[in-house]
Amino acid sequence: MEALLAIVIGVLYTAGIYMMLRRSLVKVIFGLVFLGHAANLLIFTLGRITTGKPPFVAAGATSVVEPFADPLPQALILTAIIIGFGVQAFAIILFKKAYHTVGTDDVDKMNSTDRIE
Amino acid sequence: MNLILVLPILIPFTTAILCLFFWKNIKAQRIFHLSGAFLYLIFSFVLFSEVRTNGILVTQVGDWVAPFGITFVGDLFSAIMILINGIIGFATAIYAVGSIDEKRAQYGFYPLLQFLIMGISGAFLTGDIFNLYVWFEVMLMSSFVLIALGGTKPQIEGAIKYVTLNLLSSAFFLTGCGILYGVAGTLNLADLSIKLAELNNPGLVTVIGMLFLVSFGIKAGIFPLFFWLPASYHTPPAAVSAIFGGMMTKVGVYSLIRVYTLLFNHDIGYTHTIILVLASFTMVTGVLGAFAQTEFRRILSFHIVSQIGYMILGLAIFTPLSIAGTIFYIAHNIFAKTNLFFISGVVRSISGSYSLKKLGGLYKPYPMLGILFLISAFALAGIPPLSGFWAKFIVIKAALEVEDLISVAVALFVSLLTLLSMIKIWNDAFWKDKIDSESEEEVNQFKSMSKVKKIFFLSPIVLLALITISIGFFPEFLFSLSRDAAEQLLNPQIYIEAVLGKVK
Repeated sequence: MEALLAIVIGVLYTAGIYMMLRRSLVKVIFGLVFLGHAANLLIFTLGRITTGKPPFVAAGATSVVEPFADPLPQALILTAIIIGFGVQAFAIILFKKAYHTVGTDDVDKMNSTDRIE
Repeated sequence: MNLILVLPILIPFTTAILCLFFWKNIKAQRIFHLSGAFLYLIFSFVLFSEVRTNGILVTQVGDWVAPFGITFVGDLFSAIMILINGIIGFATAIYAVGSIDEKRAQYGFYPLLQFLIMGISGAFLTGDIFNLYVWFEVMLMSSFVLIALGGTKPQIEGAIKYVTLNLLSSAFFLTGCGILYGVAGTLNLADLSIKLAELNNPGLVTVIGMLFLVSFGIKAGIFPLFFWLPASYHTPPAAVSAIFGGMMTKVGVYSLIRVYTLLFNHDIGYTHTIILVLASFTMVTGVLGAFAQTEFRRILSFHIVSQIGYMILGLAIFTPLSIAGTIFYIAHNIFAKTNLFFISGVVRSISGSYSLKKLGGLYKPYPMLGILFLISAFALAGIPPLSGFWAKFIVIKAALEVEDLISVAVALFVSLLTLLSMIKIWNDAFWKDKIDSESEEEVNQFKSMSKVKKIFFLSPIVLLALITISIGFFPEFLFSLSRDAAEQLLNPQIYIEAVLGKVK
């Protein structure tokens, strides 16, 4: 399972970076989404994958038996997903506004303030 | 729970919410906004003096013992940064009232500025790497909206670059946090410091360190990662540029210093050499980039990059004196840089343009403005006795002590070029005759402003110039502070014991 997830994470990072390097704004958005997913999956995988081992202390025992599912990475991912959701929603609206204001979705053409007079 | 540590977050938060309740009533928003910024200034000073007398303050929100709870830590470095944030926040609040147009105010400029200040304070005070990520996002989200608010074409173009690159940096940050948790099983900075040392795997730790270097490097604007900065900082109104240029990039530098003194201090020969090389490149590319520009705020933006080089040069040398120099430099630079952006806004309202080609002849009608500009510009270039001289002196002396002559040469050369580029602005905007003086009357919004508005517009500039001068004439106070803060930073044991209690 870990190996499969590792490959998926690698593909997501690669695709994310590749999409961000494209000139079209829509693809840049997909790049951002992929990168967010890649980071979330990475945290999930690094939190060690266990099945059927809830982090409960059994009756009569004083501590949990290793290995057990660590709930913290999931809490982190939840936070990261929510933040990512908000930020991506903002980015999509901004890019749409950019398309209306500048009249193109080509990043290379958005250089009116970069030119030296 | 120690309330003093949380107030720098609660005050802007409450102010912003109050402003939101009075969405339609801009007058009320202005009053809340100004009083909130003033309260923040007072309590940042209280926090500062408390930390200065009693040492590191720690509080656990919700009373869960560290490393499990949410930790807020105020060491001397954080306290200095919070105090500076208070002063800059207050100055920007006054300046914004004088300079922000009704339209932007109607769409929530004031609450956004408060949320930005809240995010910056959180980043300075948190003692937990994941919370640092969350505070960065709070800060970024408000800055995204602030940079795009108004929706003019240059702003939207700038915002696209700003948003994309900062989201990339956040993705790297999150990746770094994830790997850190995977190898160390904790997110508390103090606890991480111990666990990473116990890990005994410097290679892996260095790899994680590089992820953080890229992430914070994008935010701070260091050498190969700074391109978003001069492409976006000159697009929003001057008040926004000022707090961005003054505080936001320094949050990146602050985080770099925090993680590279507390977490990644195992393989200094490797990591800090990389930072050293990057520092020199940052200084040179920033100042050369500024040279080609003819727009007031773009020149200043490139100078932000070049000044960041000096700060991380101090971090890279990694001696008590050099870290003290870095902290001194950050303090001086925030005041000088913010003030220059403020002045650019005034110049714009007088002449209707930021372009040096269209400016001119401002010294004759506005001699005081010229002098205020010169104070900040000379401070930035490092002319004695202004604050920049001491800042550069300390960093360069630290470099000389470790016999890093290349960095010394680069630093001196770059400060000479900085002076040249400041003189270029002076010559073009203030000294030379204006080419078409007829249009002067039409574009001059400054003349028709009411007296009160003018006071709001100009008083923060005078305030920051006075601070720059007093740092210049009495550098001992700030220097002894920076030295104490550097000593705390270089002995992570103090920080760890303050957070976790006595470790066996």
